[in-house]
Amino acid sequence: MVLLVKPVNANHLFRALADPTRRAIFEELSRQGEQTVHALTRYAGVSQPAVSKHLTVLKRAKLVRHRHQGRETHYRAQPDALAPMVDWLRHYGAFWRDRFDRLENLLNRMDK
Amino acid sequence: MTDTAPTRTVVIEREMPHPPERIWRALTENSLIQQWLMSNDFQPVVGHHFQFRSTPVPNWNGIIDSQVLVVEPHARLAYSWGTLGMESVVTFTLTPTPEGTHLRMEHSGFPSEESASYKGAKYGWTNFLGNLERVVGGLD
Repeated sequence: MVLLVKPVNANHLFRALADPTRRAIFEELSRQGEQTVHALTRYAGVSQPAVSKHLTVLKRAKLVRHRHQGRETHYRAQPDALAPMVDWLRHYGAFWRDRFDRLENLLNRMDK
Repeated sequence: MTDTAPTRTVVIEREMPHPPERIWRALTENSLIQQWLMSNDFQPVVGHHFQFRSTPVPNWNGIIDSQVLVVEPHARLAYSWGTLGMESVVTFTLTPTPEGTHLRMEHSGFPSEESASYKGAKYGWTNFLGNLERVVGGLD
């Protein structure tokens, strides 16, 4: 099996989801559907400016979308944005399984 | 917070009928690494910067920039794995068994400095990963 080390760049996603509060916010939006910044602030247990900052990072990674309604901003999750992370896992899963097969062959040869 | 590695990382685990010493050689000697993984200028020295080189493909020169993070002979080896500005970490753990060695490889896309903070967070991985698993679907 020939398998190139095809690069898959999921960097922005991994970074966006590396923070536990951001993961919590993304999870809450995935579970509950659309939420206001106020509701998310109550849920996350950190200040509203902090929540807004996290939402900006999530927005940049396209993990959330927002809309304005009156004085409130509503956010919802965009789970499709996880696709590069799924690709990354799938790619490296196949890559390492292939390399482990080679490693086992090598170890058997070393045995002799 | 139990082991949630399977979805935030790629994990390969195999029982191998070889002693840890032999597997360690295959993981740490240049010519042996090249035979199963890629050509490299690895050295088993913490802090050592090195490269893996594979066949270039369109939009990628085939180079992986790495740095050795952990060297515990016959037990644990970790290095960073940088491609196209994306930093990930590969960790090998060798555990002796009556038949040989249990070899575990974990390739994590999350920055390692975060691992300390998420362990203390009130929010667990479980739900997030539940969602991710739905998205991943038939993966594996």
